[in-house]
Amino acid sequence: MRRTNLLLIVVLLVSAIGVISSHHQARKRLQALEQERDRTNNLEVEFGQLQLEMSSWAAHTRIERIAREKLGMQPPDMKKVQKLGGGQ
Amino acid sequence: MSRKDHRFTESPVLKDQLASWRIHFVSALIFGALLALVGRAFYLQVINEDFLQERGDARYRRVLEIPASRGKILDRHGETLAQSTPMRAVWATADAKLDKEQLKALSDLLEMDPRQIEKKLVGDKSFIYLKHQVPPEAAARIAALKLPGIQMDREYSRFYPAGDMAAHMVGFTGKEDKGQEGVELAFESRLIGTNGERTVIKDRRGQIVEEIGSERPPQDGEDIQLAIDSKIQFIAFNALRNAIDKFNAKGGSVIVADIKSGEILALANWPTYNPNNRSQLSGGQLRNRAVTDSFEPGSTMKPFIAALALDRGKYKFDSIINCAPGKMTIGSATISDAHPHGALTLAQVIQKSSNIGATKIALGFPSEDMWTMFSKLGFGKPVGLGFPGEVGGRLRPWQTWKPIEQATMSYGHGISVTVVQLAHAYSVFARDGDVVPLSLLKTNGAVAGNTVFAPETARQVRQMLEMVVSPEGTAKKAAVPGYRVGGKTGTAHKLVGGRYANKYLASFVGIGPISEPRLVVGVVVDEPVGGHYGGDVAGPVFSEVMGGALRTLGVPQDQDSTPAALRATVETPAAKAAPLAVAAAKKGGGH
Repeated sequence: MRRTNLLLIVVLLVSAIGVISSHHQARKRLQALEQERDRTNNLEVEFGQLQLEMSSWAAHTRIERIAREKLGMQPPDMKKVQKLGGGQ
Repeated sequence: MSRKDHRFTESPVLKDQLASWRIHFVSALIFGALLALVGRAFYLQVINEDFLQERGDARYRRVLEIPASRGKILDRHGETLAQSTPMRAVWATADAKLDKEQLKALSDLLEMDPRQIEKKLVGDKSFIYLKHQVPPEAAARIAALKLPGIQMDREYSRFYPAGDMAAHMVGFTGKEDKGQEGVELAFESRLIGTNGERTVIKDRRGQIVEEIGSERPPQDGEDIQLAIDSKIQFIAFNALRNAIDKFNAKGGSVIVADIKSGEILALANWPTYNPNNRSQLSGGQLRNRAVTDSFEPGSTMKPFIAALALDRGKYKFDSIINCAPGKMTIGSATISDAHPHGALTLAQVIQKSSNIGATKIALGFPSEDMWTMFSKLGFGKPVGLGFPGEVGGRLRPWQTWKPIEQATMSYGHGISVTVVQLAHAYSVFARDGDVVPLSLLKTNGAVAGNTVFAPETARQVRQMLEMVVSPEGTAKKAAVPGYRVGGKTGTAHKLVGGRYANKYLASFVGIGPISEPRLVVGVVVDEPVGGHYGGDVAGPVFSEVMGGALRTLGVPQDQDSTPAALRATVETPAAKAAPLAVAAAKKGGGH
C-alpha cells in the first residue's frame, strides 16, 4: 500500500514538472514566433519602400533628363532611321 | 466539584424560560442572510456573468488589430502608380513632461522647432498630435528614447511615383487613406482592405504569452491594374506640356486609346499638380478636363456627317458638292468657310474642312437620323469610366432642333462633348464601323463594339481622314513619319457667357496606322495664343503622341519614311555589312 502511494507521488511530481516545462517551452516558442512576425512586417514595409524608391529612380522624367543633359542623347531624326527587314 | 455533579440539563441558565420570539428572530436573521448570499451569488454568476467575465478578461486579454494595407495602383506593365507605406503619428498625453535634453532630441527627430512642441505640450488638452506622417526610422528612434507620455499610432501615407504626369488619372487619397479623386475614389471599395484581429494574453511586461481562439487574418486591399502605359503617358504628357508652353495656352488634354481592346493607354491634362505635395491646390489644377470639361468640338464632328451620308448611300466618296461662294444663309444666320472653296468632292469637304459642305450634307437628313447617329456614337451621355464628375456633354433632343442648329451641329457647334467622348466616337472609323467601350482597367484582348456604320463606310472615311494629314489637307503637321495616320482638325470659337468670343479651342482627333488601325489619339488645347487652327496647334501634338505610342507598342511601320535620295546611300553599306555579320556569327560559334 505504502509503496503504491510512493510511486503515485513520484508519478504526480514528474507530470507536474512536465506540465510546467511544456508551458514554459510554449511561451518561449510563442515569443520567437512574435519576433519573426515583427520581422516579416518590417521586411514587408522595407520591401514597399524599396519598390517606391525603385520607381522614383526609374521615373521616365528622370531618365529622360539624364539622357538629354548628362549623356547628350536625343531621339533620332526619323529621316535618318532605316527600317530593316519587311521584304527589303 | 466532581464531574458527576455537573448536569447540563439542570444548568441554571437553562432554567430560565426564554421568550420564543427571540429564537425565531435569530433563525430568521440567519436564514435571511443566507438567502441574500445565494441571491447575490446567483446575480453574479448567472445574471451578470457576461459583464464580469469581460471585465475579468480585460485585465489580461488584449484584442490586437492587424492592419490591412490599401491596394496598389499599377500601370499595365505592373509599374507602381500609387502605393501605401506605413508611417507613424506621434502624439502626447497630458503627463508628457520633458526636460530640455529630451525636448531637443524629440524636436530633432520630428524635424520641428522645439518651441513649437513646447507650445503644444503646455496646452491643457489631454491628447494632442505632435506630428503626422513620421517616417518609420525616425519613429523607431523616438520609441527608443522612451519619453514619458509620448505615444505613436500607425497610419499610412500614399506615394505617387508618377507624380504630376498621371495625377488626374490616379487621383489621391485624403485623411485616413480614403480615396478623394480619380481612380483612388472610383475604385475605393476595391482598394480598401479590412483589418484583421487576434486575441492574446499579455503579461505584466506587455509580452504576449498566449494566443486565445483563432485569429481573423487581415484582408489587404485589391491591387488595381490600369490600362495606362506609363511610357505612353509620359510621351503624351510631355507633348501636351510642350504645346501649351509654346502657345501659351490655358489648358489641354490628351487621350490615347487602344481601339482593339478599348483600353485607355494614356490620359493627360494640363494644368496638373503634384499628388505627393498638395499644399497649394486650386480647383483648376484638380480638374480632370478630359472627362469633366465638355466643349463645342468644331470640325472634328464633320467625319460623322460624311459617314452618315456614305452609309445611307446618299453620297459617294467622290460625289460633288458645291461649296461656292463660301457663304450660305439659313434663316437669319449666315454660315461661312474660313477659306472659300468651289466645288468639292465629299472627301475634299473633310480634307479642306468646309462648313458649307458639311451643312449641305446634313440638311439632307431628317434631324432624327442625325440625333440617332450622335447618340449611338455616345454623345450626350457619359462614357462611364467611373471617374468622379464625369459629364456627358450636351446633345439636345432632335424634336427641338431648328434647321440652323442642325446645320451648325454638322460642323460641331451647338453640341458639346468631352475629349474622351470624341476619342471614343472616333473608334468607329478605326474599327470598321463599331464603337468600342472604353476601359480604364487592363482588359483581356479584343472587345466587341456597338455597330453604327457599315464596314465599307468606315473604310472610306478612314481614307478621307488620311487625306486631312496630306500636304493638301488642313493638318499636314499631324503626319507621322513612318506611319500612315489620319484624323480631323477642329478649331472652335469658345462660348463665353453665351456668346462666341475670339478665344479658341484647337483640337485634333485621329487614328493610326491607317492600314491596320490600332490607336485613337485625341488632343485638345484650350485658348492657344499665336496660332489657333487645330492643325497647327493640336496637330503636332498628335503627331508626336501617335508616333511615340506606335513605336512604344512596336506596331510595324506601314509607310516607307526613308527619302529616296537617302535610301540609295544607306542601302549600300547595309548590303556590305550583312555578309560580315554572318561571318562574325559563324566565327563566334553562333547561338
